[in-house]
Amino acid sequence: MNSPIVVRIKKKRIVELLANGKRVDEREPTEYRKIELDSGVIERAEGSARVRLGKTDVIVGVKIATGTPFSDVPNKGVLTVNAELVPLASPYFEPGPPGENAVELARVVDRGIRESKAIDLEKLCVEPGKLVFVVFVDVYILNHDGNLIDASTMAALAALVNTKMFKYEVEDGKIVKKPGYTPLPIVNYPISVTFAKIGDKLVLDTGLDEEEVMDARLTMTMDKDGKICAIQKGGGSGYFTKEEISEAAKIALKKTEELRKIVVKG
Amino acid sequence: MKASKKKTKQETEKKSAKKAEKLIDKKGVRLDGRKLDELRPVKLEVGVIPNADGSAYLEQGKNKILVGVYGPKEAHPRHIARQDRAVIQCRYHMAPFSVDERKSPAPSRRDVELSKVIREALEPAIFLEYYPKTAIQVYIEILQADGGTRCAGITAAALALADAGIPMRDLVVACAAGKADGKLMLDLMDTEDKVGEADVPVAFMPNLNAITLLQMDGNLSVDEFENAISMAIDGCKQIYALQKEALKLKYVAAEEAKEE
Repeated sequence: MNSPIVVRIKKKRIVELLANGKRVDEREPTEYRKIELDSGVIERAEGSARVRLGKTDVIVGVKIATGTPFSDVPNKGVLTVNAELVPLASPYFEPGPPGENAVELARVVDRGIRESKAIDLEKLCVEPGKLVFVVFVDVYILNHDGNLIDASTMAALAALVNTKMFKYEVEDGKIVKKPGYTPLPIVNYPISVTFAKIGDKLVLDTGLDEEEVMDARLTMTMDKDGKICAIQKGGGSGYFTKEEISEAAKIALKKTEELRKIVVKG
Repeated sequence: MKASKKKTKQETEKKSAKKAEKLIDKKGVRLDGRKLDELRPVKLEVGVIPNADGSAYLEQGKNKILVGVYGPKEAHPRHIARQDRAVIQCRYHMAPFSVDERKSPAPSRRDVELSKVIREALEPAIFLEYYPKTAIQVYIEILQADGGTRCAGITAAALALADAGIPMRDLVVACAAGKADGKLMLDLMDTEDKVGEADVPVAFMPNLNAITLLQMDGNLSVDEFENAISMAIDGCKQIYALQKEALKLKYVAAEEAKEE
């Protein structure tokens, strides 16, 4: 972390630029950095995708296993999202169990997929109350240059769309693999956009410089019908007014649609 | 196998429909007799833990929450200290007996996230720059949970901070609105939250018109979402009056004791 004085000088410069509608890397306030997406990058995983958002680099692997359902939803498969801030990705990441930033990242990605009902979990039930499929979504940060949430939700969605399940038959309550694959039942496409409030301006897709000086952060995840399915305010000791949140919702509606076209082709 | 799967699906659908039907009756009255835009009864008290620098107790419906504040004090471990401001160490914790099925006292991922967002909801209110290199500890214990504990925790924590004499820009007050049974409603209790379609917790500083916590899960249109925020802010303002009352009451009580 930079010393408070460096951060203050940086912030002054970034706020000055924003007052004239400019950003440090000359983007528009709502413009995303270049998005590169590759699907199926890990052959061993049932599904995978790598998203590069400028210099931010995220890989998501999906693994499928069998397990028991939760007792309150015996007829649904299980979704588990985990995030690792891998130490090689940033001088600020350290080895060890997930800290609060990793936990928050995983839970925001999870909420988008879960609340939009992106996966038809009922189709992942083999025997109600006894045997279901478990979908493990592991988010792996490879290089941290800001906006990990959006890069991770995009990569997670692309990885789920990319996921293939083996065909199977049930014999004596056991799963017997059959040749061939079927896609995971994906029925919705949640996309998140994350705003940073810097001074009194809202910007999208912050780089690390901007993230360091932002006052507050707001993530909105929307589903394919333009409904909001998850929101998370975070980051820093600032706040939003109700007017700013309404403005953000309007921008998010348009922007999520744009981004969805990049992540889900065809 | 296919047939049995179908059957269970029908069963669950029937079950949830039955549940949903019960949430609001024909007159728009909820399970506990509240109207859609009505808060649960809120009880607040400050100065309840003698050892703490500041403390507060809250009841909101069946929620029972205790908050203790220590500090500003020397930051431990030392590397967490900031040269230009105080740091807040916040722990949201549920007692093992606070919910139907015993909860392990070890922090869950949910607890870790809530501790973080609650801290970020309180930080904007506090003049952190007055106390560089120190830590302020906020311990939130959920003794009994009945939905909306993060909001109730924030409401109580702000009171405990004020009780500790920590300079603040405003009290932070929090309340959730949500959607259940197809209708927007204020201050969801556990059953409404679980069966309902969406939950929008909001923390607010009324004097600054500042939203310091905002989360959502579920499914809402942009319009519904904006109405939910307005509803939650109205709820916040009602609780805000009770917060101020509770703070005053402590000093009135002290004054009366002196006179006697």
